[in-house]
Amino acid sequence: MWRYLARRLVLTLPVLLGISIITFVLIYYLPADPARMYAGPSATVETVDRIRRELGLDLPLWQQYTNYLGKLVQGDLGFSYRKQTPVLELILSRLPYTAMLIVSGIFVELALGLPIGLASALARGRLPDRLGMLVALLGVSAPPFWLGLMLLYWFAFQIPIFPLGGVEHPTSIVLPALTAGLGGAAWYARIMRSSTLEVLAADYVRTAHAKGQSRHLVLWRHLLPNALNPIITMAGMDIPWFIGGVVLVEQVFAWPGLGRLAVEAIQTVDVPLILGTVSVTALIVVLSGILVDLVQSLVDPRIRLSR
Amino acid sequence: MQKKVIVSWLLMMMFWISACGAPAPAAEAPEAAQPAEAAEALTPQAGGEIVVAYKDDLATLDPAIGYDWTNWPTIKMVFDGLLGYDSGTTLEPRIAAEMPTVSEDGLVYTFKIRPGVKFSNGREVTADDVVYTLTRVLNPATASPGAGFYVGIQGAQAFIDGSAATVEGIQALDAQTVAFTLTAPDATFLNKMALNFAFLVPQEAVEAAGQDFGRQPVGTGPFTLVEWKSGEYLVFERNPAYFQPGRPMLDKVTIRVGVEPSVAVLQLEKGDIHLMGDPPPGAEWARITADPAWTDRIEVQPKVNTTYIAINTTTPPFDNVKVRQALNHAIDKERIVQLLNGRASVANQILPALMPGHDDTYEGYAFDPEKAKALLAEAGFADGFETTIQCIAVDPQPKLCESFQQDLANVGIQLTIETLAAPNVIENAGNGLNPLTWSGGLAWTQDYPDPDNFYAPILGCDANVPGGWNWSRYCDEELHAQSKELLAMTDRAARLEAYKPFFRTLMDAAVWVPVIADQYNVAHSEKLHGQPLLTHPEHGFIYETMWMEP
Repeated sequence: MWRYLARRLVLTLPVLLGISIITFVLIYYLPADPARMYAGPSATVETVDRIRRELGLDLPLWQQYTNYLGKLVQGDLGFSYRKQTPVLELILSRLPYTAMLIVSGIFVELALGLPIGLASALARGRLPDRLGMLVALLGVSAPPFWLGLMLLYWFAFQIPIFPLGGVEHPTSIVLPALTAGLGGAAWYARIMRSSTLEVLAADYVRTAHAKGQSRHLVLWRHLLPNALNPIITMAGMDIPWFIGGVVLVEQVFAWPGLGRLAVEAIQTVDVPLILGTVSVTALIVVLSGILVDLVQSLVDPRIRLSR
Repeated sequence: MQKKVIVSWLLMMMFWISACGAPAPAAEAPEAAQPAEAAEALTPQAGGEIVVAYKDDLATLDPAIGYDWTNWPTIKMVFDGLLGYDSGTTLEPRIAAEMPTVSEDGLVYTFKIRPGVKFSNGREVTADDVVYTLTRVLNPATASPGAGFYVGIQGAQAFIDGSAATVEGIQALDAQTVAFTLTAPDATFLNKMALNFAFLVPQEAVEAAGQDFGRQPVGTGPFTLVEWKSGEYLVFERNPAYFQPGRPMLDKVTIRVGVEPSVAVLQLEKGDIHLMGDPPPGAEWARITADPAWTDRIEVQPKVNTTYIAINTTTPPFDNVKVRQALNHAIDKERIVQLLNGRASVANQILPALMPGHDDTYEGYAFDPEKAKALLAEAGFADGFETTIQCIAVDPQPKLCESFQQDLANVGIQLTIETLAAPNVIENAGNGLNPLTWSGGLAWTQDYPDPDNFYAPILGCDANVPGGWNWSRYCDEELHAQSKELLAMTDRAARLEAYKPFFRTLMDAAVWVPVIADQYNVAHSEKLHGQPLLTHPEHGFIYETMWMEP
């Protein structure tokens, strides 16, 4: 397993390199001039040209890229044009907040989605099932931006239980986590339901029942481990999904995360900051893929990590 | 937890009770811009603290770098310049002891520095600080967007090119006196000295902070920055050593960033914040303007701004002046104001109403589709033509462009709308790729209250270069020569009068369709007051004179 892990980690390097090249080329050919954005409207063309030289944006593409790469291997992600701060420092200050939001969002997804899905499957066709699936449908359909505003309006403004955005208060995480997780919880409920129904119809479950095992034992020993398999794959894939999705949540709740930083960088064509946020996000996505494989091999002995 | 919820409930109920009980006298007040009058009735009080909410994060507080709507007024909290403005557009001395003396030929400006002005690090300001500050802005290594304002100082170009180690035209004559020598007379030089870029910075603090000066600012302004949590908030406290007696009024200002305007409205209603940095969203505007509780919470003030359609005069058929005039007659500007819920006023000329030199007697092009059709027919386009406009993809701009599309369809012009991100629209317009460009969301707002600021950077020949802001690609050599003469005039009244025919020529050439003038729509706590207002046409928010009712 360790060799597998080492091999996977080495393989992430070309992936990250490829992503950085693509991002670099995309920004380079973007029909927007970073020097002009930096200089602002009143700057004369000479000033803009001077700033372009000062930022090294007048160099040919390959030279800009090799300069960037040269600094990158020394752990230097560059200096944000607009914020006048090292990119790494900015990213590190935001990363914990995004991580917190992702972890708590996934927690909400699982903590709400799995029991609802399981209950629906076990009560198939009856009222709890219908009700659970109706709630799931609503959850899937609600856009996060709207859901966030509604939660804020009702549970922070009309009934002031939680703060109106920000991160100062310990309960600040609750509404953003709900907003980030409710949609996913609905998906999980539906997947858990169908996955459970599938396993319920499997021969080994029938056999277990026939052996006279208690309902409880069948549920915990046979049903759940098998039904959870697709859920783990999904949860792992959720991390990349979340990194994209939490941007909106971060915006509604004034949550100082990575997504907001990336959007700001793109809006102001802050090249080093765009590259930095994209690279770090890519790194997280690649690592979360490895993590899923590891967890899956632990939960399901049938999956073995190939050497 | 339980206790906390009950306490918050009680607080909320108290808030509602006080909200229901208090505003009776306020509700009777007549409508419109009476926050000023209301403020006059009350005596300003020192003390108190406020929380301000902005959507965008603050980029930097370095006065040589910061150049957008969020950081411009915030930089004025920490820094100050030799000159500033009174409550209108008249220049007044600040760190300068008095207005500077100007030589006969209009080339040499001599400033005396007010004695006893100190940086927040305790050191007194000297003439060397002025020399250092302006040299730093001109230094290419600083990459200051404002450098272009000061290239008219003698020796500035040589310094930028690297052929001189200092700027010859900036000289400290003694510890309290500094002289600027220009290469040509420039009536706007003092306005440029009142820009943020010329706000004084102490060399030792800049060098100690290195590239981080924008986050560890040291200036002579009314406040000092005490904490900055990136992406969350900035905290400013009153600078006890501030040189203006009795200022600032507030003890503490916290700026929260990343707050969505629709959430900020709720925070304001709840009393969490006292001032919104962004205008309330359009969807909320109708509700809050109809709500009596909001009467004393809204301040409306025109901006010194014109939002326009730039017509690329080099692209056929817009190289024909009749076609450009037809466009001016075809656009229904009143409807644009309606689409903005009344949050703008119609513009009939290039200069905004608040700009000195604005021509009150000029009527502009009337909305007259028939006349537009006649002009198009004269120009040989009786059957119309197809063309394209670029707009930024931020609400409500695409909606406004659709209104133009409808107007132009009425006179036979088929308009295709391209919506793009702001940097892309700027890039395309600056390189002359767009036949038409809607400046909404990107509109020209003055740097200083002088008519030249609405000519040279956006309609002048020098800006008519690739990447320049002259989106009409217009250059009239004769006008250009005249603009240089106007800059050399020293009699201000005569000069402003001379700009009237100057801008009429540009309007006759129909290089733009001036459509609307934007306005500040400020939502604030009814207890927060300005002197006379919270906003100023030059500075945006003026935190220095704000005060809170206890």
